[in-house]
Amino acid sequence: MTFYSPVITNAAEVAGSDKLHLFRYVEDANQTKIETYESHGGYGTWRKVLTTKKPDDVIAEVKASGLRGRGGAGFPTGMKWGFIPKDSPKPRYLVCNADESEPGTCKDRVIMERDPHAMIEGMAIAAYAIGCHLMFVYIRGEFGHCIETVDKALQEAYAKGHLGKNVYGSGYDLDMIVHSGGGAYICGEETALLNSLEGEKGMSRIRPPFPAIEGLYACPTIVNNVETLTTVRHIMERGAQWYRTMGTEKSPGSKIFSVSGHVKRPGNYEVELGFSLKKLIYDPQYGNGILGDKKLKGVIPGGASTPFLTPDQINVGLDFESMTSVGSMLGSGAVIVFHEDTCIVWAILKLIHFFRHESCGKCTPCREGTGWLEQIIRRIEHGGGKPGDIEKIEDICGNILGRTICPLGDAAVMPIQSAVKHWRDEWQYHIDHGKCLVPTRFEFV
Amino acid sequence: MILNKESVALMQKKASQYPRRKSGILPALTIAYRQVGHLNDQIYREIAKAINVPYVEVAEAATFYTMFPKQPTGKYLIQVCHNISCALLGADSLVEYLEQKLGIKKGETTKDNLFTLISVECLGSCATAPMMQINMDYYENLTRAKVDKILEELRAKA
Ligand SMILES: Cc1cc2nc3c(=O)[nH]c(=O)nc-3n(C[C@H](O)[C@H](O)[C@H](O)COP(=O)(O)O)c2cc1C
Ligand code: SF4
Ligand code: FES
Repeated sequence: MTFYSPVITNAAEVAGSDKLHLFRYVEDANQTKIETYESHGGYGTWRKVLTTKKPDDVIAEVKASGLRGRGGAGFPTGMKWGFIPKDSPKPRYLVCNADESEPGTCKDRVIMERDPHAMIEGMAIAAYAIGCHLMFVYIRGEFGHCIETVDKALQEAYAKGHLGKNVYGSGYDLDMIVHSGGGAYICGEETALLNSLEGEKGMSRIRPPFPAIEGLYACPTIVNNVETLTTVRHIMERGAQWYRTMGTEKSPGSKIFSVSGHVKRPGNYEVELGFSLKKLIYDPQYGNGILGDKKLKGVIPGGASTPFLTPDQINVGLDFESMTSVGSMLGSGAVIVFHEDTCIVWAILKLIHFFRHESCGKCTPCREGTGWLEQIIRRIEHGGGKPGDIEKIEDICGNILGRTICPLGDAAVMPIQSAVKHWRDEWQYHIDHGKCLVPTRFEFV
Repeated sequence: MILNKESVALMQKKASQYPRRKSGILPALTIAYRQVGHLNDQIYREIAKAINVPYVEVAEAATFYTMFPKQPTGKYLIQVCHNISCALLGADSLVEYLEQKLGIKKGETTKDNLFTLISVECLGSCATAPMMQINMDYYENLTRAKVDKILEELRAKA
């Protein structure tokens, strides 16, 4: 039995629900074995799709489901697949994005560690839909155990004839390669990922051309997140109509949220989109309230690159449109909770250090700007803040936002802008007094 | 030769699966790292030869990826996540605790060459924080007691 994370999930709730589906079997230690997976109908959907449906039917079904990408941007999946040119003589590729490096995010890991065949089955269906015969999963290199588990599942799938030549006698060939990354957050950005997969440095590409037209090896390529592709398997099993009974009109379905930071019960929870953020943080079934019963200070709802929400903003649904309406984003669904003892300057220093470290350096605003921001914020945190620093931070942020090759630049500044807006007094205090307004000393016990 | 036969064979097998051999560079670096524990120029040359790609391409890729140490480390490379979710649950204090237990500062290696301590960015264990990775293994939901036990076991194994 390969190692897997001890993270808490709501598998029991999901198993008792007739709608939630991603986490149904994740507490079953045998689920990684193909026999167990097949005994729950596993690979039956792939077989049905391959032997009875046309690729266009699959795209139409996924479009009808309203599924939106779970990697961060929420782009409609079926629509993306539709961008693959129908007449291109080149091979097409599917790449499953398992780089999972956005701070706060630890959900794709659970699928790979505990239900890897569901991901492979979803990938196979997506590959068929776009006419791909060689698909890849790009797993971050640190996830050695995930790589092992997925590799093993892959061998089993080949041995049972779910992958390989002439799958199910249909005449369709499908191969899969597990690729391990090198520990760079930027390689989660789809064009940097493709460069990395080609053996280049993981630097983003200028778009257009978009990957669907010219991606891997300059061929039409679709990049989708692990959770997105796993969901495809369930949509093709039970239909778009069923999928739409969950979530909201514009954000149908369910999604995994990684809850971390100052909650009593951190974990990964699958809930319907539109689920209350407040409930996810406070309900005993999920986050179970704030550590030490302290007061909530703020929440980052969608991973380290999304703007902060304040306690008066958490009575909101976790879906793409509601998050936008309160000035943040659903992102990767990584809910990071901060209690009252957290100094905002300290927290932002952690974040900007990350983005500066992970900037690929290709464009000036991001490469230089993140460096300046870190310097200024570090100075403030260590008591050397100067009058005008806040304005300088705002100015630099303004000069990065919207002016970079890839979205990492925006990702770096959005949480900072929100933190300055929500807690301006605290930044000012830090500059005036050379120290934090709140204690911020988190002991590990 | 630094790379052993198994590593070379594995690299070649992996590289041959891709439509272009160059894609085999990153997997080859990973295989080399797992065997040797770090990477260097000599290793890049051996990889280039093993999978038949230009040396500069291997070296260029290697320098970009921070996961591979470019110098020898202690037998056990301890990497503590210092990113936000872990920091909220005491990652900085975990680093200090390890510094104290090992008698070294972050970035250093113990005299017996057993442990190197560094801190790194998010490792995707945010809901099981604080955490650390030692060589390829993850250790999550850490407490002082757990850290004591882990170090003890590693020492006994060494
Ligand atoms: C800096 C950066 C890092 C990213 N990291 C990831 C990642 O780790 N995993 C992921 O699925 N998407 C990541 N993305 C989003 C991808 O670029 C891409 O939009 C996504 O994989 C598409 O899949 P989806 O449509 O299924 O969401 C990242 C984007 C940026 C800008
Ligand atoms: S925004 Fe940053 S990470 Fe993206 S291409 Fe520019 S320098 Fe690289
Ligand atoms: S923040 Fe430490 S593992 Fe993600």
